[in-house]
Amino acid sequence: MLHAADAFAKTRAEERAALVGYLPAGYPTLADSIKAVEIMIDHGADIIELGLPYSDPVMDGPAIQKAADQALAGGFRTRQVFEVTEAVAGRVPILVMTYWNLVERYGVERFARDFAAAGGAGLITPDLIPDEAGEWIAASDAHGLDRVFLVAPSSTEERIASTVAACRGFVYAQSVMGVTGARAATSAAAPLLVERTRKHTDLPIGVGLGVRSGDQAAEIGAYGDAVIVGSAIVNCYLESDDIPAGHQKLAELTADLAEGVRR
Amino acid sequence: MPNPDASGHWGEFGGRFVPEALIAALDELEAAHTAALADPAFTAELDKLGREYGNLPSPLYFAERLSEETGVEVWLKREDLNHTGAHKIRNVLGQALLTKRMGKTRIIAETGAGQHGVASATAAAYFGLECTVYMGEEDTRRQALNVARMRLLGAEVVPVTTGSRTLKDAMNEALREWVASVDHTHYLIGSVGGPAPFPQLVRDYCRGIGDEARAQFLERTGSLPDVVAACVGGGSNAMGIFTAFLDDADVKLYGFEAGGDGYDTGRHAATITAGQIGVLHGARTFVLQDEDGQTIESHSISAGLDYPGVGPEHAHLAATGRAAYEPVDDAEAMAALEKLARTEGIICAIESAHGLAGALRLAKGLKPGARVLVNLSGRGDKDMGNVVEYFGFANEKGA
Repeated sequence: MLHAADAFAKTRAEERAALVGYLPAGYPTLADSIKAVEIMIDHGADIIELGLPYSDPVMDGPAIQKAADQALAGGFRTRQVFEVTEAVAGRVPILVMTYWNLVERYGVERFARDFAAAGGAGLITPDLIPDEAGEWIAASDAHGLDRVFLVAPSSTEERIASTVAACRGFVYAQSVMGVTGARAATSAAAPLLVERTRKHTDLPIGVGLGVRSGDQAAEIGAYGDAVIVGSAIVNCYLESDDIPAGHQKLAELTADLAEGVRR
Repeated sequence: MPNPDASGHWGEFGGRFVPEALIAALDELEAAHTAALADPAFTAELDKLGREYGNLPSPLYFAERLSEETGVEVWLKREDLNHTGAHKIRNVLGQALLTKRMGKTRIIAETGAGQHGVASATAAAYFGLECTVYMGEEDTRRQALNVARMRLLGAEVVPVTTGSRTLKDAMNEALREWVASVDHTHYLIGSVGGPAPFPQLVRDYCRGIGDEARAQFLERTGSLPDVVAACVGGGSNAMGIFTAFLDDADVKLYGFEAGGDGYDTGRHAATITAGQIGVLHGARTFVLQDEDGQTIESHSISAGLDYPGVGPEHAHLAATGRAAYEPVDDAEAMAALEKLARTEGIICAIESAHGLAGALRLAKGLKPGARVLVNLSGRGDKDMGNVVEYFGFANEKGA
């Protein structure tokens, strides 16, 4: 099983930031979400973040909401994230990004067991703070899974310290105060947040929210250890007439982003 | 006061299941609220506002004809007579005053039927705060009059077009907006749900209902009621009246949830009765959800009860058995609404009619002369469109 640390060992050796690509599992269809992950890996993604579609995604902007709605309307079930994971695991680390209720409903221990068995690396949990994560911390320890919690520009020093202490794999820096979504300019708060976070940890720090181009990836890669791209990837399909055109766009976008982190 | 533990939990319920980005604001809010309640100047100002602006305390009313018909004493806490027509004025005045105290200049709110939106817009107008209200697009169509009220009061109303386009989606959108504007904006949440400290904070501002009613009841009857009943959607009016009685072991507490088309049809909002423990909108509580944990849409004739979650303190009171929760379906609620209108000349909100209907059902099993206190949480003017449709007053029956 690959972990986030394996990807970061490689990117650190190459003296560059890692590219993390996000897509909701089951979007645009179950089979095509597997295909999309393969495209991202083929074109230079170092880590994959699979979203677990949820009915009430309070941290997501319109693009990811729409994709999640479409996946759910297509009948997506939680357990299918293990199918997608199993289909693509082995080349790069696969993390699942999920709102907490879905894991709790599946059973925290059971989810950890089944995800580890499918070859998954760990979870990114946007609405679970370490303070509430006792059961997940125990289950992720038992099954050797990464746990990625978030820090934000509003986090105090104390909270950054306690949050990174609970992380394994990397730390997710939410670079803007706002929901996910591609933005023309990334946040000025991001470099400051990364700098503040570094004082508390040696773990790699991934920067997310708003990246949509190779230029932005290069800019963020200059201070962050990973560049996380989500809405721009989803937009490849939302803005295409059909799925093959979306796959084509995704290949081009990923190549552009991968070139960006290598500048 | 039965407060949650230091991390905002009542037993296994409550807590904070929100993005880290909001934690600093929640900590700030908690500290500000605690300091405000301990500050005599703040509580005196809030009391004065309640009296002079909110029309508080609300009367305790003995419903004589209804009591004769039912064989028990029915007492109504007349929150329908408050300014803006419901208990919600208590919550918004408290939170708006707190917003000023925190130095924030803007409030945002979610609303279903529009009652909390109107109350929030009212408080914003009073305090000179900017106000944006998120409301499901479906609901803006169903409740056009309340949209007009909010706009007249100077609030911006944002129709929410995501998900099911109802209250839960309005709440999602308010949470999203709050993350982006948290440095100058307070999220004036409308019920005893959401992440800590909201459930406790909203309860603290609503608990005057029960504090007043308990004192009024003692003064009028020399005893406490045998039963206290209230409707439960998110549960702010019910927590408001329950809190004063929590330590009175002989007083039975009943919350009545919306049974919609009927509990066995699956189309209802009976969250505690039919839901499972889960996480929704920042708290662990009972949630109407499917096998995977996806939220299930709720149904009720009462927009104010039409919500698939419930405040975590209610979940705790249910789990510990201190309060009992039962569904009341649309038909039973509407029958109670009509009965109250015809025996007492009071047209209550459809929400409140659920609490009354449940109390009337309970009355059949109580000894004659038992004393039942019902929180009449709001007035029914806003519901006349539904009433006309439900009873067919527009055609033969009302002709």
